[in-house]
Amino acid sequence: MNMNRRQFFKVCSAGLSGSSIALMGFSPTAAQAEVRTFKLARATETRNICPYCSVSCGVLIYSTGDKSKNTPAEIIHIEGDPDNPVNRGTLCPKGAGLRDMVQSANRLKWPEVREAGSNEWKKISWMEAFDRIAKHMKADRDANFMAQNKDGVTVNRWTSTALLASSAAPNEAGYLTVKMARALGMTSIDTQARI
Amino acid sequence: MTNHWVDIKNADLIFVMGGNPAEAHPCGFKWAIEAKKNRKAKLVVVDPRFNRTASVADFYAPVRPGSDIAFLGGVINYLLTNDKIHHDYVKAYTNASFLINEGFTFDDGIFAGYNEEKRSYDKATWSYQMGADGFVKVDETLQDPRCAFQMLKAHYARYTPDVVQQVCGTPKEAFLKVCEYIAETAAPNKTMTNLYALGWTEHSVGSQNIRCMAIIQLLLGNMGMAGGGINALRGHANVQGITDFALYAQNLPGYLAAPTDAEPDLKTFLDKKTPKLLRPGQMNFGQNLSKWYVSLHKTWWGDAAHKDNGFAYDFMPKLSGASDVLSIFDQMYQGKINGFLCQGFNPLASVANKKKVGDALAKLKYMVVMDPLATDTSEFWKPHGEFNDVKPEEIKTEVFRLPATLFAETTGSFTNSGRVIQWRWKAADGPGDAKDDTEILANLFLKLKEMYAKDGGAYSEPIQKLTWAYRIPTKPSPEELMMEFNGKALADVLDPKDPTKVLVKAGEQLPSFAMLRDDGSTTCGNWIYCGVWSQAGNLSARRDNSDPSGLGQTLNWGFAWPVNRRILYNRASADLSGKPWDPKRTVLKWLGDKWGGNDIPDMRPDAAPDQNVMPFIMTGEGVGRLFSLGLMAEGPFPEHYEPFESPLDANPMHPKNPKARANPAARVYKGDMEAFGTAKDFPYVATTYRLTEHFHYWTKQSKINAIMQPEQFVEIGEELAKEKGIAVGDKVKIRSNRGFIKGVAVVTKRIKALDVDGKKVHTIGIPIHYGFKGATKPGFITNTLTPFVGDANTQTPEYKAFLVNIEKA
Repeated sequence: MNMNRRQFFKVCSAGLSGSSIALMGFSPTAAQAEVRTFKLARATETRNICPYCSVSCGVLIYSTGDKSKNTPAEIIHIEGDPDNPVNRGTLCPKGAGLRDMVQSANRLKWPEVREAGSNEWKKISWMEAFDRIAKHMKADRDANFMAQNKDGVTVNRWTSTALLASSAAPNEAGYLTVKMARALGMTSIDTQARI
Repeated sequence: MTNHWVDIKNADLIFVMGGNPAEAHPCGFKWAIEAKKNRKAKLVVVDPRFNRTASVADFYAPVRPGSDIAFLGGVINYLLTNDKIHHDYVKAYTNASFLINEGFTFDDGIFAGYNEEKRSYDKATWSYQMGADGFVKVDETLQDPRCAFQMLKAHYARYTPDVVQQVCGTPKEAFLKVCEYIAETAAPNKTMTNLYALGWTEHSVGSQNIRCMAIIQLLLGNMGMAGGGINALRGHANVQGITDFALYAQNLPGYLAAPTDAEPDLKTFLDKKTPKLLRPGQMNFGQNLSKWYVSLHKTWWGDAAHKDNGFAYDFMPKLSGASDVLSIFDQMYQGKINGFLCQGFNPLASVANKKKVGDALAKLKYMVVMDPLATDTSEFWKPHGEFNDVKPEEIKTEVFRLPATLFAETTGSFTNSGRVIQWRWKAADGPGDAKDDTEILANLFLKLKEMYAKDGGAYSEPIQKLTWAYRIPTKPSPEELMMEFNGKALADVLDPKDPTKVLVKAGEQLPSFAMLRDDGSTTCGNWIYCGVWSQAGNLSARRDNSDPSGLGQTLNWGFAWPVNRRILYNRASADLSGKPWDPKRTVLKWLGDKWGGNDIPDMRPDAAPDQNVMPFIMTGEGVGRLFSLGLMAEGPFPEHYEPFESPLDANPMHPKNPKARANPAARVYKGDMEAFGTAKDFPYVATTYRLTEHFHYWTKQSKINAIMQPEQFVEIGEELAKEKGIAVGDKVKIRSNRGFIKGVAVVTKRIKALDVDGKKVHTIGIPIHYGFKGATKPGFITNTLTPFVGDANTQTPEYKAFLVNIEKA
């Protein structure tokens, strides 16, 4: 094992597996087999929060690369954040499966449309999606917007398009959603949080 | 939560009812175990199933699904009859001494003012007696028969241990044992924390279940205390934040009431919605409504919102009638809704009566699904065998499916159920062309704005004038958005006591909602979040987990709303003179010139105890409410009503009054009443529940979770299994009056038959997590079975108590 003193201490500090080498009588120069380096040591660590229940456990996400441009990161491991005062590094069986959620085979990758009466999805561009959806929304809003109620009170509402909002979205997305929806005059709004 | 997760460790008794944290919130439940280990706290569980929380409890009592109010009413009666209440607290910090309107009555299950046709109440008499001085009349001796204390006592006198056994099926001895545990915490230095979740909310009387506990905690003096409070465990990681931001119709961000047709202008709105002072010298903090509301309009519409146009009051849509998820799907079902934007939500699976929801979606012109995953809802039109038996050629809905990023791929904040806002960072890009929700919404909005500018159309001023000062307009950044909803000063904010003093300079981020003004000089997109991004920067990103108090307050970790306060009503943790009820767990105390201790005071910081400013500062009375006035739909005191589908023909509390069988104020739509089943055809009670390996309809998409719990099962007791000849592993079919599902039978000792009102009642437990999309075995959606009726206040559907039949498939 080619290892100088400094490297040896580095391995030892990684934990039991390192120190047990010394216990077994290996010295830095005498050891023949190299200890596999800890994979996560080369990964980028990002602090995040488990999206499942409302304990909101802190998680550490490990990804390849250093987040520089043109080096897309791949998430290779997710574990509990030991600094978080609530979960203190633990995760439950739901949270322990987080990586499989990120990498689920059912992740959506591009915009699609299912035309009226069709039995299949068709891939479309974001441009086409935004354009077609905005046209639907405008047509419905223009046809059904109520400026005044039957008593002549100004009400400025649009009830015929509904919005159901996610409760797994961050506060900032929620805020932008409500700001936009109210500016459009929407009142048929509800959230997953109710149920 | 009025308290927070780590605070559970400070409790002497952890009372779990309507929740199962050991399985649904395992990492938070560790704090209950800490309390048991370190404080010798007791854990008591009341649940229809002997679940895993019960398996580590000191005491477990069974209860029939949907009979919680009878049980808790029995607890209230026990505390009052045996004088196990915290007298000083009840007298000073609750409305026990307040006199109630002479016209208020309760007669055989129905309160004064009932209109059977409208299924609602005229609440005029659900009020206090007012004195000539304009304040509520009180009787400090608590002897007046019309004082809230005596009325409470009279109301719950009927809930004797025998009645509890009759209605709930809980053996009397077990009920009394639970009462004894709870009663011990009436001592001023003992606290009980209460943990509940959907097991209380998902009933037609859900809100009143929680009201019962509010009454109990006030009687015991446990509100405001470390290790006390009422703690909703809640669902998704940001279910609290999304509720705070009011992604629902009745409210605007920060729980401000949304304006309705009855308030045609800003002045009328503020006059109607600003709470009146009901007792002398109280803070009545809600009186600041005008500052919060005007600042919201200034944030959204900038210079277009000014004094002369009521700060663009007309730009805000006026709400008319109900607009919750059940009402939205009912309107869709009736063809009154044409478009539907569905963001990170799987209603086909998660809303009651799947058939009705699917039929409603089929009537839409267009639907837009924004989601990281291929959800069941996005394919409601696609045949998936008997799990989703539809004909696509008959469904004309145009469906768009847009790929969104998920938690690991976005930066921004989540608010946990303890109200702690925590910042999180993006780790990787989403797959393929996935975009953040903010980018999708911004693109859609800007497209609409452009079309309205070019082609005109219905009232577009609020769209054109909406503030949108983001560096990249199609990609508002989370930092920009948080700074925006925190709010800033548009002009110098001056000290009202000394106008020569500038508190916040123009252009600066605001440090707290105390700086908000109603003259248009401040912005704030959600007043309760004000302070999260002050001049000191993003406080939600703070990561100092030091805990000098030892109470787990960690005041420098993230930022809790409001104003970083960790325990709500914390003034009530000290006696009238400002001394903590339990000095070992000091949350707050009077320091001679100000309030201090281990939390941000929930009190005016310089309000000396002799000024008698009471702890419940958001109310006009300053005190907690035993009698809840007109705030609840079905009455000021919770009363037991049967679930809409009940194994009993009548409400045993009111056997001769059919009007009082189920919640008289619950809304039932045409067709849904007819879709209720009866015990004759559907003799068994069903209750839905969650597994520790799965989260709602989400983790069925993750391989490892699908491996751990791959398939729909149904849990039945041994006695029922024997009666029906069902063995472990048999495929069974469960039917309600709305449809059927199939699953594998799991026969356990965990659900026992109960003797209710002279009748044997079996309960069947049905996990919810499966569907036709995902990595789990394709299966039925559990909500095929559930009834389309909700709580009278929140409209949260009754998933926890309905009727089914079961047979071998």
